[in-house]
Amino acid sequence: MTDATDGWFAGRAPDDTGELRAAIRTGAADAPADWPTAAVDAGFAADTDDYYARLKTATIDAAREAVAEREGADDQQLLHAVRAMDDASRTANELTERCTEWAATQFDDVASGVEGARQLADREPADPVKERVVALATRIDDLASEADELRGFIERLAPEVAPNLAEMAGPVLAARLISLAGGLDSLAKKPSGTIQVLGAEDALFAHLAGRGSSPKHGIIYTHPYVNGTRPEDRGSAARALAGKLAIAARIDHYSGDFRPTIHDELDDRMATIRARADDEAADNAEGSQ
Amino acid sequence: MIDLPDGIQRREFDGRQRLATRGQPVYGEPTDGEWRCWDAGRSKLGAMLEQGMPVGLTDGASVLYLGAASGTTVSHVADVAGPTYAVEFAPRPMRDLLDVAEARENLFPLLKDARKPETYSHVVESELDLLVQDVATRGQASVAVDNARFLADDGRLLLAIKARSEDVTADPEAVFERVCEDLTEAYEIIDRQRLEPYHDDHLGVVARKR
Repeated sequence: MTDATDGWFAGRAPDDTGELRAAIRTGAADAPADWPTAAVDAGFAADTDDYYARLKTATIDAAREAVAEREGADDQQLLHAVRAMDDASRTANELTERCTEWAATQFDDVASGVEGARQLADREPADPVKERVVALATRIDDLASEADELRGFIERLAPEVAPNLAEMAGPVLAARLISLAGGLDSLAKKPSGTIQVLGAEDALFAHLAGRGSSPKHGIIYTHPYVNGTRPEDRGSAARALAGKLAIAARIDHYSGDFRPTIHDELDDRMATIRARADDEAADNAEGSQ
Repeated sequence: MIDLPDGIQRREFDGRQRLATRGQPVYGEPTDGEWRCWDAGRSKLGAMLEQGMPVGLTDGASVLYLGAASGTTVSHVADVAGPTYAVEFAPRPMRDLLDVAEARENLFPLLKDARKPETYSHVVESELDLLVQDVATRGQASVAVDNARFLADDGRLLLAIKARSEDVTADPEAVFERVCEDLTEAYEIIDRQRLEPYHDDHLGVVARKR
């Protein structure tokens, strides 16, 4: 049961603003109570009006401090997290190749891939060589687990940092776009044509140097709206998606609130693009009759 | 048409009768003297009032508002009500909400997660008259049920259910049905109405704590 000692003001002096701010931010209670009366009884405030005036100052202070902290670094944390996730899973894969090759000389029935390494990690080594192989497999298991943990972290963090971008692109692709641009503010300043080919810089510069055609999509290829669209319409799909992603990044950077309308607009546009394939199929069916 | 409290009036803006409250303007809304227009197209609670739902927003009522965002709606609530606790999870809209709160004696901003009421139970008082909820997250019913602890026995829940937040692909009516059913764990539903033409695929619900 909650008693007065759970209140944010309990045991604190009315003029100790730092303590009160921290109490608002980090305190907790199982259940609410009649805090205004409890505060007056405890001598924290002269009357309820006085209590509400103090509450107003403390809540505004606490919220301002928390906003400053959370706004400051979040997109940078996301950038580090996604790069660390990619490094961890790439390294796990590289070590897996080495480990599988080595393990095949020591054990029968070694499965390939990270899953195979995970199974190896559970084995009991019988001699010093096998001990090293199993130890290596254990490191791979740890690295792959850390990559999974990082993915979970990104899935929680991305909707906070960029709610619209995360909803539209999915949390991981949103984090990759922010990482490729170097931050949410630089992503918000990029034109949609640049966002469309982020991650395809080699192909883009080869094209600008006169070699090859211009890339239709960069990292956004991993989005189902691009890779799930038939090849002849993929350019249109990538252009439409990149356009809305650019808008989503700008809303997230400059305003931060969630706007359902842009997501509906993209869904409509994609339905139109994908209807082309159905229309053509219908035309062909008619033409052949 | 329902009776409005003293703090809300119908006044003429742009040749139409619209709702208005008294307070400092927040989002560039039209004003008439000290009255400022409450735009039902930008506020689900405003739309519920326009639809004549029995929202029970009375002068001096005590309110917990979940999902305050930039403070568009909560500013009007605080103009009318008494102590108003405004919970918002995202830092960016909170920055705007802070400006709104600075200009009002009775508005207390809290940067907290509405799904974790224990993290603000040490600040928000008990026996509140109203719980207003406008959060765009899955599990809107369980948020309302978890926060029923702040309401007085006859306290009311004013909830705007957003179909798209629960399930993008499902039929909105099916989503509304499921959320309303989940609400009955802690509430008795008094009134429910769609918020068209002000808000597409939203259902306004007024419920009493069981």
